[in-house]
Amino acid sequence: MERVETPDEAAPPNGSDSKRTPDVAPVLVVDGATKFFGPVKALIDGSITLYPGEAHALLGENGAGKSTLVKILAGVYTADGGHITLEGQPVRFANPIAAREAGISVIYQEPTLFPDLTIAENIFMGRHPLRSAKRIDRSEMMKRAEEVFARLGVPLAPGRLARGLSVADQQIVEIAKAISFNATIIIMDEPTAALTEVEVLRLFDVVATLRSEGAAVMFISHRLEEVFAMCQRVTIMRDGAFVKTAPIADITIDDVIFAMVGRDIVSLYGDHTRTPGLNVLEVKHLTREGVFTDISFDVRAGEIVALAGLVGAGRTEVARGIFGIDKVDAGSVTIGGLKLKSGSPLQAMNAGIGFVPEDRRQQGLVMQMAIDRNASLASIRSLSHFGLIRKASERKLAAEWAARLRLKFGRFSDAVLTLSGGNQQKVVLAKWLARQPRLLIIDEPTRGIDIGTKSEVHRLLGELVDQGIAVLMISSEMPEVLGVADRILVLHEGRLAAEFSREEANEASIMRAAAGQMKVSAS
Amino acid sequence: MSVIDQPLTTTPARTSFITKILRFRELAIVVAILLVFAATYFKNTSFASTASLQQLLSGPSIVILLAVGETLVIVTRNVDLSVGSVLGLSAYLVGDLFVHYPHMPVVLALFIGLLIGMVCGVVNGVIVAYARMPALVVTLGMLYIIRGIDAIIVNGVQILPSQIPQSFINLGAGAVLGIPYLFLIAVGTVAIVGYSMRTFRPARDFYAIGSNPEAAVLAGVRVQRRVFSAFAISGALAGLGGALWLAEFATVASTAGSGYELNVVAAVVVGGVAIFGGSGTVLGAALGALLLNTIDQALVAAGVSSFWNQAVAGFLLLVAIAFDRYVSVGAEKILRVEGAHRGNA
Repeated sequence: MERVETPDEAAPPNGSDSKRTPDVAPVLVVDGATKFFGPVKALIDGSITLYPGEAHALLGENGAGKSTLVKILAGVYTADGGHITLEGQPVRFANPIAAREAGISVIYQEPTLFPDLTIAENIFMGRHPLRSAKRIDRSEMMKRAEEVFARLGVPLAPGRLARGLSVADQQIVEIAKAISFNATIIIMDEPTAALTEVEVLRLFDVVATLRSEGAAVMFISHRLEEVFAMCQRVTIMRDGAFVKTAPIADITIDDVIFAMVGRDIVSLYGDHTRTPGLNVLEVKHLTREGVFTDISFDVRAGEIVALAGLVGAGRTEVARGIFGIDKVDAGSVTIGGLKLKSGSPLQAMNAGIGFVPEDRRQQGLVMQMAIDRNASLASIRSLSHFGLIRKASERKLAAEWAARLRLKFGRFSDAVLTLSGGNQQKVVLAKWLARQPRLLIIDEPTRGIDIGTKSEVHRLLGELVDQGIAVLMISSEMPEVLGVADRILVLHEGRLAAEFSREEANEASIMRAAAGQMKVSAS
Repeated sequence: MSVIDQPLTTTPARTSFITKILRFRELAIVVAILLVFAATYFKNTSFASTASLQQLLSGPSIVILLAVGETLVIVTRNVDLSVGSVLGLSAYLVGDLFVHYPHMPVVLALFIGLLIGMVCGVVNGVIVAYARMPALVVTLGMLYIIRGIDAIIVNGVQILPSQIPQSFINLGAGAVLGIPYLFLIAVGTVAIVGYSMRTFRPARDFYAIGSNPEAAVLAGVRVQRRVFSAFAISGALAGLGGALWLAEFATVASTAGSGYELNVVAAVVVGGVAIFGGSGTVLGAALGALLLNTIDQALVAAGVSSFWNQAVAGFLLLVAIAFDRYVSVGAEKILRVEGAHRGNA
């Protein structure tokens, strides 16, 4: 595939948009990078130009080739073709060390820390400060780690083990690592996917610090609001190839989405009015000591209720309490008139609750297992005949749901880990929908999923409630909460802080309630 | 809006108690050894006789040596089950060399034993690190292969004490200032390897690999080379252990050291090396070996049936593993509860 560069895209920084692109030589130019895995063309035309001091968004759907491009820059893959120029010199990284030494640091979506080692050693792995005779200088290492955290303005103890750090803290350690390299280029692959809004704001500050020190930040995210808030320029890829680069001020969210998907998405979130039916789920005074207190709400058939709030407000914990994963200390959960025993997921399942957890890889799927077997996992009993599972029924179930959910896959026998994030989520959905649940609890339904598939997941949820299923959705993404839910419950520090109808809700009111600035409204 | 002023991190300094527990671990083993010793001493005072004390030190020395190598392998999230067979093969071959060359210097004999072991370790390392086969299966296969080769070579002919020069037997039985040579060799190995594991970059790679293999690749750690060298070192120490076995017992049959690998793995795990890699020290593993041997001899001295010995060892193993689970699960649990209080800070 050949790329026709329009003057606008390739223009030197003193061109028409000199206000926004720094008036200096680019630090990194990637031109037409390609990468093939056998017959699979992962990257056909990877091209991007980074200037010092800019935050540059790289956007595209899953499978657009962003990750492949990042891995080439990180030295994990070597490009099969194309040119990479770093500070005017052509480069080619044979391994991650070479890329790192050239000044490129990558912060991956899944933090890559060593849980058994201290934070300081995580930062300096493989390049510990040395004393005589190549011995590691631990006090120097601690000192330097503390300096880095001071620069970031984050109070993390370098001597602590990395095990058990929150995702946000893990990401901070990754950023500290990048800074300690004196990296000139910092690539962040979906750093905000697991962060709360507060933590995202902190990250913005850190990125601003990095930029003011002259580093170029390449930012990959599916959250376009963040991209527009933080980045100066944006490069969009589609199907493994470069589409366009533009200053953020000259482009709208609709333009970006159009360029990413190559078609117009009329609206990310379709408009809808639903008439809910009878109560499916009744939660009364649910309390788990020290986690959440006195939670009462209903979910009716044919409506989507969102649980919003900051991470740590207890949203997931409430869901786990309802489904019986954690035992609650007080209160009751009633589903379709049947009172559930606390601490029995099996009973919750039999009563008709489906639970799609936040962490697909860990809790929702058996990653190495085939697609059809994952899909049938929760329905094993209905598929088995005298205790033996019939492969044909399993296939039939998988085929039916693959078609209904428009699953993109190779063969049913492929391992789930070969699928993209969005398609993995569809397999989890299939697994629960095959049981024909009355209530579906879904935690962060579109985390780490690209925009095209995201709207498909939302459409699916819409279809489900139209068929009379009740949905309880936990989401940290404000547009998703506002766009998908019929009612919104906001948790603050383990208590229900507010309830909004679809019409009442807006971003500011939800944030206020989540931050504890509001008492329960009389709705 | 005070949202922005909320602390980004709520990781409190006190959760570093996990780190403290891990340091406490080695101390706990020392205390356990002393308790077992004291309890046995009250029942049978001859437990503190010079001969008994020397036996308490020299008895576990070879296991300590092998446990040092095994620690390196297990820290990288692998396991070496072939060490017992390697020890047997090395012991016999070195003994056979003495039969043919009775005037071979002691140091050369030890070095040859080490080389024989290293060759076996290299084979393990190549298959596991470069052919990417699971260590459990590879080294289990090697356990049988080497034992088979050993049996073919030995062919029913034992090495007898009369065939081993006295200078070499002295190495196994002798002592300096009352401390057995074998124990000094073991302590020296623990000191050198233990210091290196803390102090040098390539050794830290072992921990990185075992703690998070994917992250190790991304951090530029040469995973294959390191895993390979862990197996080579483990093999070499098992080979050296074989030569010392010959010195200690002076008689070698084709069954020498069979089942030894389980003692070694047990010592390593009791010593606090996580079976899934990433953490643990050589010192801990050595103390683990010392503890298991002390219990073994204490039961004998107390007149308890030796059958109890294995039950006690097994029980300790379970305690050690339960402890590891507690530490890793406990850390996450504490953070989860604290996460719920986020915002109160």
